[in-house]
Parts: sequence; C-alpha cells; structure tokens
Amino acid sequence: MPDYARPDSLPKALQLLSRGGWRVLAGGTDLYPGAGSRLDGDVLDLGGLDELAGIRAGQGQGLRIGAATSWTAIATADLPPAARALQQAALQVGGRQVQNAGTIGGNLCNASPAADGVPPLLALDASVEIASPAGTRTLLLDRFLLGPRRTALGPDEVLTAILIPQAALSGRSAFVKLGTRAHLVISIAMVAARLDMDGDRITHAAVAVGACSPVAQRLPRVEAALVGPRDGAADRIPAESVAAALAPIDDVRATATYRRQAAAELVRRAVSEALA
Amino acid sequence: MIAFTLNGAPVGTDAPPTERLSETLRERLGMVGTKVGCDAGDCGACTVLLDGAAVCACLTPVARVEGRAVTTIEGETAELSRLCASFHAHGAAQCGICTPGMLLTAAELLARTAQPTAEEVEQALGGVLCRCTGYRSIIAAVVAAGGPLPAAPTDGVGASVLRLDGAAKVAGDSFGADEWPVGALVVKAVRSPHPHAAFQIGDLGPFRARPGVVTILTAADIPGRNAFSVIPPFADQPAIAASPARFRGECAALVAFEPGTDPDLTGFPITWTPLPALTTPAEAEVGDLIHPTRPGNRLIEGRVQKGDAAAALAASAHVVEGEMTTAFVEHAYIEPEAGSAWAEGETLVIRACTQAPAMDREDTAAILGLPLDRVRIIPSAVGGGFGSKLDISLQPLIGLVTLKTGRPCRMVYSRQDSMTSTTKRHPAEMRGRIGCDAQGRITGVEFEGRFNTGAYSSWGPTVANRVPVHVSGPYLTPAITARARAIHTHGPVSGAFRGFGVPQGALWQETLYDRLADKAGIDRLEFRLINALRDGDASATGQTLRAVGIHDCLTALHPHWTRALADARGQKGRGVGIASCWYGCGNTALPNPSTIRIGVSPEGEVVLHQGATDIGQGSNTVIAQIAAEALGLPLAAFRLIGPDTALTPDAGKTSASRQTFVTGRAAKAAAEALRAEILRHANAGQGATLALDGPTLIVRDRGTTARIDLARLPTNAQGHALAAEATYDPPTSPLDADGQGAPYALYGYGAQMVELLVDAALGTVKLLKITAAHDVGRAINPMLARGQIEGGIAQGIGLALMEEYLPGRTENLHDYLIPTTSDVPPIESLLIEVPDPEGPFGAKGLGEHVLIPTAPAILNAIRHATGAEITRVPALPHRVLASTRGQA
Repeated sequence: MPDYARPDSLPKALQLLSRGGWRVLAGGTDLYPGAGSRLDGDVLDLGGLDELAGIRAGQGQGLRIGAATSWTAIATADLPPAARALQQAALQVGGRQVQNAGTIGGNLCNASPAADGVPPLLALDASVEIASPAGTRTLLLDRFLLGPRRTALGPDEVLTAILIPQAALSGRSAFVKLGTRAHLVISIAMVAARLDMDGDRITHAAVAVGACSPVAQRLPRVEAALVGPRDGAADRIPAESVAAALAPIDDVRATATYRRQAAAELVRRAVSEALA
Repeated sequence: MIAFTLNGAPVGTDAPPTERLSETLRERLGMVGTKVGCDAGDCGACTVLLDGAAVCACLTPVARVEGRAVTTIEGETAELSRLCASFHAHGAAQCGICTPGMLLTAAELLARTAQPTAEEVEQALGGVLCRCTGYRSIIAAVVAAGGPLPAAPTDGVGASVLRLDGAAKVAGDSFGADEWPVGALVVKAVRSPHPHAAFQIGDLGPFRARPGVVTILTAADIPGRNAFSVIPPFADQPAIAASPARFRGECAALVAFEPGTDPDLTGFPITWTPLPALTTPAEAEVGDLIHPTRPGNRLIEGRVQKGDAAAALAASAHVVEGEMTTAFVEHAYIEPEAGSAWAEGETLVIRACTQAPAMDREDTAAILGLPLDRVRIIPSAVGGGFGSKLDISLQPLIGLVTLKTGRPCRMVYSRQDSMTSTTKRHPAEMRGRIGCDAQGRITGVEFEGRFNTGAYSSWGPTVANRVPVHVSGPYLTPAITARARAIHTHGPVSGAFRGFGVPQGALWQETLYDRLADKAGIDRLEFRLINALRDGDASATGQTLRAVGIHDCLTALHPHWTRALADARGQKGRGVGIASCWYGCGNTALPNPSTIRIGVSPEGEVVLHQGATDIGQGSNTVIAQIAAEALGLPLAAFRLIGPDTALTPDAGKTSASRQTFVTGRAAKAAAEALRAEILRHANAGQGATLALDGPTLIVRDRGTTARIDLARLPTNAQGHALAAEATYDPPTSPLDADGQGAPYALYGYGAQMVELLVDAALGTVKLLKITAAHDVGRAINPMLARGQIEGGIAQGIGLALMEEYLPGRTENLHDYLIPTTSDVPPIESLLIEVPDPEGPFGAKGLGEHVLIPTAPAILNAIRHATGAEITRVPALPHRVLASTRGQA
C-alpha cells in the first residue's frame, strides 16, 4: 500500500520529505492528468500547510505569495497595478475549476515552458523561497527554472513562497496570451509587461515572453528600448530583437516562425495595454 | 476513513487518500451523476462544488475533502434547482453528458454573482466543454435562471415542446458508464502503440496469475467471424487484431479484472515489432497493400458523370481552379465509449452507448458466433455520437468477456482509448475546376477527391459515394465529372462524422464559388441565387427535385447580407462570408427502413415503442410529437419504451439525418393505423376526437360519444389492448455506373452567413455573428431544430479554425481543441419551411446539414476580410497569417 502523508506543519513536511521517494502534491491539476484511478507511489500532500497559502506583505515590504495559493485567490486579491499581469494570467490558467484548485507554486514546480504564471512573475522580478531541513534559501525565479520540467528544487526541499520585491511593485502591468481558442488553451505565446512611469516617461520596463523558449524569459534589449517617452513606446520595440531572443519550436499549436512574429506583436500589445 | 458532507449528509469512505474524488463518488458512493470525460481537467464534465468552489472531481484527491462539503448534481440547492429548470426550458441540455458539470459550474457563478451577464457566464463556463449545443442555449439558460421561465407548449407538431427526456438530462442521465451489474468484471484493452506493427503475445501464465486477473482474451478466442464493417460486404476490421496491428490504438488483447482490484496492464507480455507505416494516401497508393484484395490500397471510388464537363469548362466565360485539404477530425463527444454486459439465461445482454442498436446486434452476434436472437442490445443514454458511435466499439469486447467467463462485465474507455481507437472524419485532398457563363450561370464542374479512409473500411464507401453526389452544392449544374476515392492508410479508421464527407466537399466547392462570383463580377449571394436549384430542376445525378428550399434560404439571408456588408465596409479586418448546403436524408440509394409500434395499454397509456436512439438530437421528443399529432391524443398520455432490441422494432440507425424523416414517417403511419383501429372499434368517422380517461378511451364523433373500456379488450403479446405497427422505407433508386439515379427520397437545404474579424498581425479570427437559414420542411419542434443548428455550427467552427487530430500527438482534449463558450458567436437561426410531400408533416432532416456551410462561410469571410485564400483547414493562426502575408 503506497504511503500518503498530509503534514500540518512545514517542519513535519520537511522531516517526512527527507525520507525521500515522495511525489509532492499541491493543487493536483498537473499530477492527476495521466494517472490512473489514483496517484501512484508515495504522496506528500502539502494541502494541510496553512502557512503555504495566502498573500501577505513580505518581511519589511514587497509581497509574499504562499506557494499553495490558488489562482482564484490571486485573481481576486487586492494587489497593486504592477501585479495586474499576474492577476490577468490567473484568470487564464485552465478554466475556473483549475483556477480554484491549481496553485502558483505548482505551476512553477511543474516547469512547463507554457506555464502562464511565469512571465508575469519574471516581470515582477520574483524570487522563490525554498525550505529544506537545512533552512531557507531564496533564488531568483530565472535561476529556479532550469528547463522544460526541470527546476533547481532539491529532493528534500519545498517551494514555500514567491517573493516580489517592493521595488517591482511599482508601475502598471499587462498580460496577453495567444491561443487557438478562447478558454482552456495552452499558449502559443504569451507576454507580460510592466512599466514604471514618471509623468510621460517610461523609466523602467520589464518584459517577459513565455512558450517561445525552453523557459520563459525577460527581453533586456526590448526593455531598454522602451525606456523613454510614453508616446510611441510600442513603436520603439525592435521586432528583430524579440525574435532573436527567443528559441521557439514547431509544434501542433504553431510554427516557430509564427511564434517569433506573434511574440513581437504580443509585446507591443502588452506594452500598449499596460500604458492604457 | 475519510469523512465529509455530501449533498448535506455526512458520509465516510475508506477510499485510498489519493483516489480521484470522481472515482470515489461514482464507484464507492453511487453518485454517478458526476460524469468523467477526460480524467485530466480538460473538459469539466466532472465538476463538483467543494465548499462552494467548482473543482474537477477527477483532479481532486479524495483526502482533500475530509471535513468539507461536496455538492454533486444529486444535491439540491436553490441555485441548482433554478438552473435545472432553466436548462430544461431553454433546451440547454442535448445529450446531457456535460450538463451536470455545466450546472454545478453555473451554480458557483450564481452564488457569487446573482444576475450574471452573458459575458460573465461565458467566462465562468469556459472550463466546461459541450459538443452538442454550441453553448448559446446554455449561456441563455444561466442568464435567465433568476427570472420567471416562459410557459412551454405541451403538444402539437410545430410546437417547441420541452424535451421529454429533459428532466433526466438535467438530473444527470444514465450513460454507458453509469450502470453495471453487481460483481461486474472490469475490462481493459491492450492497444497498439504503433500505426503498423507485428506483435507476439508471450507467455500469459505469469500475468494471468496476478491478483485480480480473471481472463485474458485474444483474437484466437473469438468464436465467430473476427471481421466487421458497418457495410457487411466490406467486413475487414477485427474486433481484436491478430498480428499485425494496422493503426495506433487497435485492440490486440483484452484483460478482465475482478472488481475492486487495480486494472493495471503494465507488464502485459506482448512484443511489438514496428513495421513501415503508410501515413498518407499518396504513399499508400504506391505502397504495400494493407488489405490484399484492394489494389492501390483503394477501398472504393464513387463517381458522378453527367454531360461533358471538360467541354463545358472550355466554353465557359469564367473558370476557377482550386484545391482544398482537410485534416482528421475527432468527434470529441464528452462521453467516452462505455457499457456493460451480462447474461440473462441464453441471452447475452449488452448495454452501451450507441447510435445503431440493431447493427450492433448483428455485428456482435456474428463476431461472437451467436444467433441473432441470443443477443440483446440496450442503448444507454448516449453522451454524443455524431457518427462515431454507429460503428461497434466495445460491444463485442464486453460480450466476449461475458460469453467466456459467464460473468457480467463492464468497460469504460479512457479519453485516449476513445480518441485513438474510434473513427474520425476523413481527411480530404480535393481539387478541380468550376466554370460559369458571362451571366454567372454554372456551366460545369470537375472534381477529384482523395479521402484518407484509414486502416479499415467503416463508412469509407458511403463517403466516397456521397461526396460526388453532393459536390455540385445545391446549384443547377448541367455538366459534372466528380470522383472521390477512399484510400487505406495506417491511420485511424475514418468513418461517419456528421455529413459523411459532404462538409469537406462543400469547403472546396463553396470557396471556389466565391472566387468565381468575383471573376464574374457578381455579388456572392446573388451568384448563388442565380444558380440555386429550383423545383423541377435535375440534380447532378439526374434526379428531378421538388420542395427545393435553397432559394428561400438564400433569400431569407439577403437582408442580413446587405446589412452585414454595410457594417463591414471600411472596417479593417472585417469580413462577411456565405455558403450553402444541401444534403440527402437517409442511406444513399439503399434501403433503410424504420419500424414503429404504438399500443394502448389496458390502463389507458399510449405506449410508443421508440427504437430511434436519441443521441441528444431529440428523436425521443420529435417522434413522440409526430405520433401524438397523427393519433390525436396528448403527449402526456404517452409512455416511451426503448430503444431496446428486445422491446422495440428496428428504427434503423441514428445517422444520415434520417430519424425525423424516416422514423417520423413510420411513427406517423403507425399512429394513423392505430387511430383507424380505434375509430373502427367506435364505429366513428375520420373527424372524431379521442380522449383518455383512465382505462377508458373516449371517441367523440358528430355529437355521439363512444367509450372503449380498454381493460376489457384482449391484449396482444406486448400487453396492449390496441396496437399498430408500421414500416417506412424511403423510395430511392440505385445509382448507375455514371452515378445517375435518385439516391435520396428527399433533401434538406440551408445557407449560413458569417461575420468575423481577422487580426491581421496575429492571424487569429474572431467570429462576430452567424446567421443560419435552414429549410427543414416543417419544424416539428423549433427549439430542438435551433439546437441542432447551433450545435452543428459549433462543430463547423472547429473544423474551420482549430480541429486537427494527429495520431500520437493530439490524443487528449488539451492538445486536440474543440470550441469553448467564447468561440461560438451569437447565432440567429431562420427556420425555413418548404414542406416535402415525402416527409412527415412535410419535415426534412437537419442534423448534418447544419454543419456543412459553416466552415466554407468562415473561409469566405476570411478571404473577404483579407484577400487570403485558405486552402487547408484548420485555419490555425499561423496558417492564416502565412496566407495573408503570401507565405502559404
């Protein structure tokens, strides 16, 4: 009989995890597809850890989003305009059912190149907080995500929270997702953009593209080009540098060529929407 | 023990903690109203409320509900009651398989937003797939759920009587997976992972010795003829393959497990040796033979030859030439195939989802080597079919297990089982020319189509014959040469899918019509009106037509067309497109009778033995409406029996848009015969009125009243005091070598107009509105007719814009995309009634017609918007963008 544990505190969870061999269960929305009538193997259920759910101010400042916070909770939370892209993404992760169950931490640990949560978090300069028996470490999100289905999470570690620095909570953001149908769709490409403004000037830009490379990524050259007057910002985006920064693939959803073209257009639209 | 509150009552279960909640609810707690469509969170059918929040029960570990409240469709909440009533009143449940999930998702919405807008409803229901309705009636039902519901008529042909099985649908109907005998074994199939592979089954001893394994069956265990086809002369498909397997997903062995054990096929001793696979018809026509008796891997070629098309084209003022390519399309009903089998004395009983119980019975009996009278087929409620559930799937498999073990069994296909092993719409490669004279009158058509019919015959012959007959479209075409050939490959079996190839042909023909109209300098709708068939015209097969409704349909669209073109003028990316359809109802030039029996019981019930399977389209209601009207007694007096091969005469298959027409005619004839019998009893004239008062049948005629005491009449074998049975077979004539003849007794017609917006930078298409005019002869039930139109349009949208089945790559409902709530725009249906003297009360078929014009109208609107000529569907964004930028 496979083992199942539902610890009610993080220390207990870490203690169990150190035994090894567990499948870690958060929202279940990525683990259950492909399973039989139940999950195989030993399952460590993080659903009992209240400290992993919810959004609160980070230590000192910034935001701390518990790894087990559901997409619905994120979408309905009272967050600053800088996090609007994240909230827009939250409403496009699967359907309502998946948003009610799926968690932001699970989305990161699953490490799909098309994870909807990643571009908005990259645009928010997010880090992840990781706990292990040895203590807690934080890691920038782009250091945490290593490739398709690969993360820096060790076998004895739990992703406990997503941390957003106060400095990244300025400005306004927008998220645009491109798929072949309206709902329940895996992205062909998606973009999050966050812009800091000083009057009519863009003083800082953060732009991230998903589903167009093994891991979603920021576009520093595009961000640099966006700094300047608000007027004409979208027209300053160098389409060729968007395309050059990406490494898309051909798949059932679209061609690589198309993804490059579409990503450049989505960047323009995300920027325009963030400015609107 | 996991304790929680289920629909307000405390329950406990000893399920393993990570068992799917859907499994626990269905298997341990008997809550089979929770439907399972995908086990992956892709369809939303299993939605339940967990502390009021909608979740997929298939993604929820049962341990997570400890101490919490779960609401299923069996629960009674204020929101659910309002929603159920509104769904029923709006015809928002067709097959009913998605309905529980829809209702619970909507209940969550209503709990947080009491009076949602249509947009809020679309957003909230975006995670639940429906394949029947096109969503519009569902959205309307949720928006209206708060308010008073309109009173529905209860009787009469032409009245929107509420679906007679509607209350069952909104309560969570009983589908193939929802009933099974106690102790039923669980059957699983070992399937080929390769499109073409030799295989060898190893020593079964160790596997057989595993706990829970009851029996293992292979092709060698099949007692009868291990070859079937829906068209018996082409029988070529094994129920269980003997090596080699000819397509990915083909069944190679069965394992039956004891209930309650883990039905795990891991380690089944089978060795696969992949062989070269022919994946395209081009390869297959010059490749090794898949079936030795079919040279060039050609299953069949259909042709229609009338006049000298080449000469007509040479003499034409304008000629266009073009190609069109389509993909495998999956039916994607939300109910994967499921059923159970058991023995009753000498009779093998199979209860499963099906569109064709009588055919299931014949095929299953032949495969199992049983006489026909030892097999009984009881169709379950069917969670969508659209053509694929015409072919047998698991019927012979579960039948074999029960036959071999003597024990009841059941089988539920996984989503992947369903997608890989059942039929698809034929991919088509079509090319040819169409010409017209200077006035825009069609002169001639040349058409050649090559259809990928997959590994086995299925409905390939029907497709190859239907396409040439219909590829002229509903237009006067003096000269035509049309050929369509079905070519075997190692692809999935292509079979019947709403339209039997006609939608593919219409994509080619209707898009060429737009180019031809432009060349001739004639408005596109006007061009179609000039050529629309009229009464007395001869079709491409030389059949003289009557009750031709296409002119009326196009005329009805005219004011909408003028308005839409004006709306689009000068608007970047806006386009308007139109396309027509016609479709012959019933089998092509073959008999296809239906028989209906009606009786009056001694207790005063009218018993309708209704053998036409209702797969959501509404035959339970429509056939009863026709019978009630012809008999002259109210629907409320009716009780429906069947379908069940032991209780109902054969009403044929639910396909070819034939039930309203063919079974409707049989029902009308049976009701008229019963009425005549009653009038004879009462010595009354034709104008008499009938009424039932308990066991008394009252016949009033010109001031005299006769009372027939039903309880005193002798009863027949079915227990009826009075009864009649009638058969109707539509009059057709065989097609000759040139495809000339009268293949159908009647045709239905339609035309649709699409308004859309193309995003020039992304190649995405936003549909704004679809206006659909369909000549139904007589709308027996207008609400059900509109439901067919909206559902057919949704499938046409999928065909045009997103659906492409790729074996090994899109075998689930997140890579294979079907339209969601916001992909279907508002639809305005215009019901046109040009009664056909052959139809019951003038009615024509509708079910397949409604899908045919949608995809070409969309492509025509894209061309209008952008100039891009799309020649391959689905028109995915990257294809549209490449086409608009000339990169095609």
